[in-house]
Amino acid sequence: MKIHEYQAKEIFSQFAIPVPRGSVAEDADEARKIAEQIGGARWVVKAQVHAGGRGKGGGVRVADTPEAVAEIAEKMIGMTLVTLQTGPQGKRVARVLVEEGVPVKQEFYLGAAVDRAKQCPVLIASSEGGIGIEELAAGHPERIVREWIDVGLGLPAFQARNLVFGMGIDTSFVRTGTGIFSQLYRLFESHDCTLVEINPLVVTEDKRLLALDARIEFDDNALYRHKDLLELKDTDEQDPLELEASRHRVNYIRMEGDIGIMVNGAGLAMATMDLIKQAGANPANFLDVGGGATTEMVTKGFEIILQDKNVRGILINIFGGILRCDILAKGVVDAAKKVAIKVPVVVRLEGTNVEQGRKILADSDLDLVVAHSMADAAEKVKGI
Amino acid sequence: MSILIDNNTRLLVQGITGKEGSFHTRQCVAYGSNIVAGVTPDKGGQTLDGIPVFNTIQGAVENTGANASLIFVPSPFAADAIMESAAAGIPLVICITEGIPILDMFKAVQFLKRRNCRLIGPNCPGVISPGRCKAGIMPGHVHKEGPIGVVSRSGTLTYEVVYQLTQSGLGQSTCIGIGGDPIIGSSFVDILKLFDKDPETEGVVLIGEIGGSEEETAAGYIKDHFNKPVLGFVAGLTAPPGKRMGHAGAIISGSVGTAGEKITAMREGGIYVVEHLGEIGREASKVFC
Repeated sequence: MKIHEYQAKEIFSQFAIPVPRGSVAEDADEARKIAEQIGGARWVVKAQVHAGGRGKGGGVRVADTPEAVAEIAEKMIGMTLVTLQTGPQGKRVARVLVEEGVPVKQEFYLGAAVDRAKQCPVLIASSEGGIGIEELAAGHPERIVREWIDVGLGLPAFQARNLVFGMGIDTSFVRTGTGIFSQLYRLFESHDCTLVEINPLVVTEDKRLLALDARIEFDDNALYRHKDLLELKDTDEQDPLELEASRHRVNYIRMEGDIGIMVNGAGLAMATMDLIKQAGANPANFLDVGGGATTEMVTKGFEIILQDKNVRGILINIFGGILRCDILAKGVVDAAKKVAIKVPVVVRLEGTNVEQGRKILADSDLDLVVAHSMADAAEKVKGI
Repeated sequence: MSILIDNNTRLLVQGITGKEGSFHTRQCVAYGSNIVAGVTPDKGGQTLDGIPVFNTIQGAVENTGANASLIFVPSPFAADAIMESAAAGIPLVICITEGIPILDMFKAVQFLKRRNCRLIGPNCPGVISPGRCKAGIMPGHVHKEGPIGVVSRSGTLTYEVVYQLTQSGLGQSTCIGIGGDPIIGSSFVDILKLFDKDPETEGVVLIGEIGGSEEETAAGYIKDHFNKPVLGFVAGLTAPPGKRMGHAGAIISGSVGTAGEKITAMREGGIYVVEHLGEIGREASKVFC
């Protein structure tokens, strides 16, 4: 689960990681008041959306008066921000973060992430703040310092020091920097994060260390033990159909194409999307009804696919393991009774209880195209 | 022969009294697997179709000589279940459970490193040595005894591929789902090493998907150390970056973990990559003739 920068900075504050003074605003007037409250002569207005690259898209702007802050906020709130990470459709800005403008002397990168290959958390530091770590890893791997963490031990002080010395900060900041790293890891571990990023951490002209940007992602599988974090979820950031699907524990991702798919299992669902593309069409979605799917979930999946107005055909591809084919077939029939299906539906069933499943479909009065193999399914999709 | 499980496997099921646990225990027994015990804390003393249920793994092992464990425990308790089996000296643990927190898996994997225990999964369909033993949730009837090893990050996609192999007359020595999570107990390379030593396995089908760099690592290993023919497939050519495609581990981060990149690496490693899912059976007949 992703959260906004302003929410991540609130969590940073709880962990004594220093951030610029500021607050979030939902309209221009509120933005001006925040600027006046902070005081000073320079402010930064930042669009709050779940995507990086905001600066280049016009989502981060500097103002010299509280009135200018209000003007910028007025334009920014409600605008659709397009960045490299939002995709061409962009994201609507609902609120802005107004912060003190700080004179930056030096920028660094600090992060905590999951190292899949080494199977432990990794802490990352770099002298090159402000740019994406993946870009940096590709271009200048020598400027990145990493320490791998023993989760049984936590972060020993020497590893935090290795990171801070490794990123080449002035020695007068080593003690503070080490403290920030140890808090960063405490946050990562205690909140079940998959990513915590301070990019950049800056040294200011007046010799402060500040987290100028903040990014946190939580492990969805661990949210059951962090009920308080669920309140941070911004449902406006999600596609409405994806949101509805997730409420019913249906794994759905909307795509650009026009052939809807319903598949059991993530791998087979991805492969089925690929198959549609190879057949010369485009998948309208990814939809995995999962291993333990119930009739209700299958029905819901069907309803969600049909709500997407781009869909002009559906391929159901089920290979029964945990999910028995008879359950799927019953779900299809039930859904068809509830929702008017006006597009052709190709069904391909194989696996556990396949005979019962096929019988349920055959005994229904539904107009279904039955495919007998993956290759056959691809052919029948071409025919849609 | 086969790898990991065979006729001598004495299987224990953790979470045997649950809905999925009991359903699949019965399916495995029907296939011919020797399930000697179940464990559900607080339900010790009960039985499931005559299979004794114990409160602890230690108790189950002492009383039944179980030498492999199959886990259906709900995700908040699954990492603990893995560690309990390892602590009781069980050498093979297969964890079906999906949705285990990453932090829990960091700890479990580290716990296992100090013990003589191999973990398959989590978030996997399990392991089957056709005709000998099924320790998992795969539909047994699509499999057939034979010389092809199958290793995959997926569940149902594996059944599809196995089904096509069987239809083409190619039986399987052992089929392993290593799991769709970012943190898993056994890698492609771990399994390839076992297939390499198994005289009955004459060739391997490797099924990957987007996310991480497991396939690239496997390709490197195959190039340098593996001499049996390998057919490969990668799911997710059409997957958009930054989106988690069902499996927790199936995500393209930035430009890392794309299907295209994996296919290139696999071809460089000498793997015969098939791009059309519908053609795996037919292509396999050519590769493994």
